[in-house]
Amino acid sequence: MAGKVLMRGTHVLGEAAIRAGCRAYFGYPITPQNELPEYMAAAFAKMEGAVFLQAESELASINMVMGASIAGARVMTSSSSPGISLKQEGISYLAAMELPAVIVNMMRGGPGLGNIAPSQGDYFQATKGGGHGDYRVIVLAPAYGQEIADMTRAAFDMADKYRTPVMILGDGMMGQMMEPVVFPEPLDPASFPKKDFVLDGCQGRPSRIVRSLWLDTNLEEELNWRLVRKYEIITEEIPDEEIYLADDAEVIVVAYGTAARIAKGGVHRAREAGQKIGLFRPKTLWPFPYEPLKRLSRKIRHMVVFEMSTGQMVEDVRLAVEGRCDVSFYGRPGGVVATPEEIARVLSGVYRRLDHGRGAAAESGHTFRSVGSA
Amino acid sequence: MPFPYRTGFTQFLRGASKVKKVFTRPMSLKDTPFHYCPGCGHSIIHRLVAEVIDELGIREKTIGVPPAGCAVLAYNYFDVDMAEAPHGRAAAVATGIKRVLPDKLVFTYQGDGDIAAIGTAETIHAANRGERITAVFVNNAVYGMTGGQMAPTTITGQVTTTSPGGRVPLRDGYPLDLSEMLGIAAGSVYIERTSVTTPKGIMKTRKALKKAFMVQMEDKGFALVEILSPCPTNWKMSPAQAVRWVDEVMTKTFPLKVIKDVA
Amino acid sequence: MLLKIIFSGFGGQGVLMMGYVLAVAGMKEDKHVTFLPAYGAEVRGGTANCTVVVSDNEIASPIASSPEYVVAMNYPSMIKYLNMVKSGGTMFLNSDLISEKPAREDLKTVSVPANSLAHEMGNDRALNMIMLGAVNAVAGIVSEKALAEAVETVLEGKKKTLIDTNQQALVKGSKYMCSGCGS
Repeated sequence: MAGKVLMRGTHVLGEAAIRAGCRAYFGYPITPQNELPEYMAAAFAKMEGAVFLQAESELASINMVMGASIAGARVMTSSSSPGISLKQEGISYLAAMELPAVIVNMMRGGPGLGNIAPSQGDYFQATKGGGHGDYRVIVLAPAYGQEIADMTRAAFDMADKYRTPVMILGDGMMGQMMEPVVFPEPLDPASFPKKDFVLDGCQGRPSRIVRSLWLDTNLEEELNWRLVRKYEIITEEIPDEEIYLADDAEVIVVAYGTAARIAKGGVHRAREAGQKIGLFRPKTLWPFPYEPLKRLSRKIRHMVVFEMSTGQMVEDVRLAVEGRCDVSFYGRPGGVVATPEEIARVLSGVYRRLDHGRGAAAESGHTFRSVGSA
Repeated sequence: MPFPYRTGFTQFLRGASKVKKVFTRPMSLKDTPFHYCPGCGHSIIHRLVAEVIDELGIREKTIGVPPAGCAVLAYNYFDVDMAEAPHGRAAAVATGIKRVLPDKLVFTYQGDGDIAAIGTAETIHAANRGERITAVFVNNAVYGMTGGQMAPTTITGQVTTTSPGGRVPLRDGYPLDLSEMLGIAAGSVYIERTSVTTPKGIMKTRKALKKAFMVQMEDKGFALVEILSPCPTNWKMSPAQAVRWVDEVMTKTFPLKVIKDVA
Repeated sequence: MLLKIIFSGFGGQGVLMMGYVLAVAGMKEDKHVTFLPAYGAEVRGGTANCTVVVSDNEIASPIASSPEYVVAMNYPSMIKYLNMVKSGGTMFLNSDLISEKPAREDLKTVSVPANSLAHEMGNDRALNMIMLGAVNAVAGIVSEKALAEAVETVLEGKKKTLIDTNQQALVKGSKYMCSGCGS
């Protein structure tokens, strides 16, 4: 295919951001995502008016993002789990001030310093608020190099459209891995419509304020409800998912990002063994695609949630399923990457325990705790 | 109901065509009464900043970044574009704005807790990068808005709600000379400490603020004016006592001077 | 087809470039490919490795827990990956630095004196492309043409002589295998 290039995930993200009109980047080094700021630094050095700044901390960098967003730029920061924890303060403010920004989290093993291997332990932090107060952040979860490119473009568009921070949730392996990618045509930031909240000096207009302090409780309540109304629109408009081989499936594995790729490998192996198993992959983690999963749960007998964590998204799956089918969980936390064969074993185990007229159904709510126990 | 003399006064003004207006609200201040306590320095400093913005003719290209603290509501008073920063992060927010809009003028307005405790890192690094911003640092040696707790600039022996027996350096640390520290940073260009307790001090502060904005307009680097400012409410003093305390006590720890000027 | 290959060696042996060139060649043939370098603390201390997956279908995992091929450019790499290679798989050994044979009966072993061959060419650093040429001659993962084109893509903007040298090294490695020497 024309224009296909082999690039690592972090570079794909950087290039896609630039093509989306991103002209400001602020960050602080942390493994495994350093190739992204390095890419931005190199690219912006050659672009007039583009701003790259290595800040003194994640705290400073997210607040520089705030400033750049206030000034009207399409702006991005990136980090990995411990650094994203530090950015949560600023993300809460961005949400409250209704400022667009794109935040990249290439998750690594945790909690604490953890390690630098790929992990999915930040699902709760990303999808349930993360910082203080009543807010949500749009969370996009790519699984393939091409999706990183496409979702990065979408992230900037959504951030501007809904005036809200958007997070791209990847992991260390996704950032390092190279895959073939075709990029969309670049956008010219000069062609973007002027944003009506931007602070650029009050020439020819009344002065503006960008704020998140509302001492009047009625006004603060109104802000909260306004955010909720916005989140309802987002929840209506953007949930996205991949449903794979589900038509005749009796068992579905639910996974996102890197885990979903591995799960798909597991599905292929199970299918080769004649087992009717499919895949559900949320591409948006917030808003979570509850409705399509709910519909699936009416005809599926058992869902296995696979995460590179001890079980976080499984709670959203249970909310979607509402007891209509069995849900069990299989996790590999701490930076361990499961193999497709391993997932196939887990899925086949569940499948065999289904009541095909010769045994009891698998127990709902079961967690396969120990390594390879299934 | 209008004051009884108002009609007459207006007629007096109309009739007196030779009377020149010598004192009025600066363009850069909104027509809103200040909420600050009696004897507080913020109102004076707000006015000085606004006067300087007017004088330099930069109202329509200035963006202000107020702090968390008593001056958090500064955006209710300044009639320029204002962006609220999280506590301590004004220098970082200002950096983001200035980098994207290098031809605009950006100032931060921060208290001692904001700039010298929780925001020390952001401030030092902004200064060290020679960030083209102007910082207005209001030092009243106490956390005002939260109710009078010990600040990084609380002087040795000073009683606050969290240093009830007075600040003891080996327990509570020494008062922090942030401005002197910033003077060491290679990227800072102009740093001066003034006070607003006397007419002379007020005029000096105005001059310093003007210079700090000009340093930015001339694209030279980081400029900061530290202003010693009375807080009678939290010092448990009358406004007159508070002014005297700044002049006689506080200036011993924080001497008024030009700390750095390589403009 | 789904092939997983691990390239491993010292830093400076051009191990990552071997994988990168192979992955680009796969892409040029419109195959699905992934290239995963080891990163961070794992690569401190001078070791380098990467995993390449080439497939006709979408790739699930870019990690190889039981690769079909392992290319060991030094002795520690052979030891590290010896137990991982799939039964019936192949280990390519840089025989200039590895004198032992792997202690597994179910593996094929291909020895390539990559350092010596590079030295013969008058370019000691070409050992990686010599090895890659040899690997591909045996494994037939991509066409020789795609591999040569991939070198051009990877070294785009570099000197023509450097591209030529690397392409010649691929050929030299390939010819070495075809002459029946590597066994």
